[in-house]
Amino acid sequence: MSARETMEVDVVVVGAGPAGLSAAIRLKQLAKAADAEISIIVLEKSAEIGGHILSGAVLDPAALDALVPDWKERGAPLETKVKSDSFRVFTKNGSFAIPSFFLPPLFSNHGNYIASLGSLCAWLGEQAEALGIDVFPGFAATEILYNEDGSVKGVATGDMGRAADGSEKPEFAAGMELHARYTLIGEGARGSLAKQLDARFSLQENAQPQKYGLGIKEIWEIDPKKHCLGHVEHTLGWPLNNDTGGGGFLYHAAGNKLFLGLVVHLNYKNPFLSPFEEMQRYKTHPHLARLLEGGKRLSFGARAMTSGGWQSIPELAFPGGALIGCSAGFMNLPRVKGTHNAMWSGMKTAEAVFEALSIGRSNDLLAGLNARVTDGEIKADLKKVRNAKPLLSRFGTLFGTLFSGFDLWTNTLLGFSVFGTLGHGAPDYASLNKARDSKKIDYPKPDGKRTFDRASSVFLANLSHSEDQPVHLVLKDPSLPIARNLPDFDEPAQLYCPAGVYEILRDEDGKPRFNINAANCVHCKTCDIKDPAQNINWVPPEGGSGPSYQGM
Amino acid sequence: MKVLVPLKRVVDFNVNIRLKADGSGVDKTNVKMSMNPFDEIALEEAVRLKEAGKADEVIAVSIGVEKGQDILRTALACGADRAILVIAEEDVEPLNIAKILAAIVAEEKPELVLMGKQAIDNDCNQSGQMLAALLGWGQGTFASKIELADDAIQVTREVDAGLQTIKVNLPAIVTADLRLNTPRYATLPNIMKAKKKPLDITTPDKLGVEVRQRLTILETVEPPVRQPGIRVTSVAELVDRLKNEAGVL
Repeated sequence: MSARETMEVDVVVVGAGPAGLSAAIRLKQLAKAADAEISIIVLEKSAEIGGHILSGAVLDPAALDALVPDWKERGAPLETKVKSDSFRVFTKNGSFAIPSFFLPPLFSNHGNYIASLGSLCAWLGEQAEALGIDVFPGFAATEILYNEDGSVKGVATGDMGRAADGSEKPEFAAGMELHARYTLIGEGARGSLAKQLDARFSLQENAQPQKYGLGIKEIWEIDPKKHCLGHVEHTLGWPLNNDTGGGGFLYHAAGNKLFLGLVVHLNYKNPFLSPFEEMQRYKTHPHLARLLEGGKRLSFGARAMTSGGWQSIPELAFPGGALIGCSAGFMNLPRVKGTHNAMWSGMKTAEAVFEALSIGRSNDLLAGLNARVTDGEIKADLKKVRNAKPLLSRFGTLFGTLFSGFDLWTNTLLGFSVFGTLGHGAPDYASLNKARDSKKIDYPKPDGKRTFDRASSVFLANLSHSEDQPVHLVLKDPSLPIARNLPDFDEPAQLYCPAGVYEILRDEDGKPRFNINAANCVHCKTCDIKDPAQNINWVPPEGGSGPSYQGM
Repeated sequence: MKVLVPLKRVVDFNVNIRLKADGSGVDKTNVKMSMNPFDEIALEEAVRLKEAGKADEVIAVSIGVEKGQDILRTALACGADRAILVIAEEDVEPLNIAKILAAIVAEEKPELVLMGKQAIDNDCNQSGQMLAALLGWGQGTFASKIELADDAIQVTREVDAGLQTIKVNLPAIVTADLRLNTPRYATLPNIMKAKKKPLDITTPDKLGVEVRQRLTILETVEPPVRQPGIRVTSVAELVDRLKNEAGVL
């Protein structure tokens, strides 16, 4: 094996998302103010900054205001202010709006922006580079490096140019080791390095298990007559049944674009449920069908998000670094927002790192980081909504929403919850009922106008993935999908994967075989979360592989 | 020997392009751009010549918008020694490109210009040939293999009938086809080092070239959607449909 080159830096950040870039920018700002030199490297697995970012998104600019106060003058891509806001409950053929006086004030989107988080990250990347931060898109951090004392020493980027069998192709180039005084992990929900760090340092031990949702988003260009710039709609109910958590969103963005999507909570129970098909079916509701008539679908993408909230926040610090953003999980579920908290976490972690660097510390534990990061904005945002998710999980959408509405009001008005702090129960992978106890769901066939199949959808994610590279969806035990998941759960990977990566193929005798189309992967990480056997390990493929989202 | 490698910044080959709503062209807002793949191959070949001791310097040049710096930095990371960006509008027509390149050739005096056979955006396949004509140099287009001798270059060309091998006297233009080589990755250490390599920025004006576009794009439309096939039940039906519906018999 070729030797890897090594580079020493002060801080390495994994992931150029809102958390990682905010952390890097804040660090550099502090260093400049103190006239100190701090070397920062940001690694990003996407070929371009923002290319793997997917979010609704209605953005609360509070953290951006604090990070780059003159963002407007600097041309940040936040152009569409939210003008109107509605919250609807869908039945199969109709819908009704929940009057806004019923909704606690935190639901209001006044002062927020409809934006593409991908574009915002691309812009943040430019700001970071202008400050002298080295941002390297196209390089995935695939390995954590440890010092002899067990603390984190840094990360290594993946090798490029390995063939599917692991051998070195002629264009092979070895990865590089980045040794840092502190390593910040901002990989987003269910990151592959965060997962290893959790296993090694038991970061989740004193918290509730993390919960997740799968968000599937499409961008449409719709008839200008039906477009209502700045209008935001959130929906509950159909197509999801009362047992299945989640909801939809419809954001009217600039350029007659409609950002539409459906989030399905990954603690759903029916193994025959397909989040992808639910999203397609969602668009057949009369309310959406009217909007989409005469429109054209431009983009498609999917990404898992965290939803465990306050009680699932892990230990943020580990010796030599910290988790930031959704690697820890700061999503506010009822507000359907997390970017502001991701940015706060990056900025506040950067402040702690800067203090440590200033007094010559390195590769040690940033003690008390949780309080430091969450006290203030994040706690104020997340704590009062902490029971929303557990109530939904326990009581279903209808009563769960009613109870959590009540809970949000008591938290908002009286500052306490009659429920205390509820736990989340089992992790998402353990929520499936057996296939024999479950009802098959008959999803309608795609019509090619409003609803589509997986292949034509994934096509719009602009995937690039060299076929001749090792499969990045690693089965710990290759026999389990057929031996256990198929008889017990009808191998739900066939349905929960929004990109059609997993298939059960049968040979002439009808003998089943588990097939992985790794090149279809849109990097949503759902398989790593939902596989009931916890047998699929998502690791980053060759840097630069995966979707190339534009304006997602 | 100096080798000049012209590079074009194009919409990445993995991106599914979309037309602007008004039909005036391809929508490039927020679209991932990268180095034209054929140019990448030309660059790789130039770097290999240098590594084999047959070339002394590899100069990368790009003509277009300011963001073209990105692909030039990539070229520097892949082994080019220095880079020149000529700031111009996007989609400068091939004749203008050839004139600008001719002006750079006059300044830099390379003995070999290695470039992609065409750009994947407009598929013109003209710039190399036009440059050869303007300079009065020999050209070896669609190269799948090159061998450098003292004062000539042997070029194996991919032509319709197979492979054709020609000898071209230096200085010369060679345009690269797909099979010439597999380009290397820009590695992280090399990208870091490339930040320190020189990148000059100039304009057509400074080079004494007047950019004059001669074409007007009237309309851009999507190719027609392929109609789904049908299954016929008999030969007679097939013949009937071919005759009466498709009108091809």
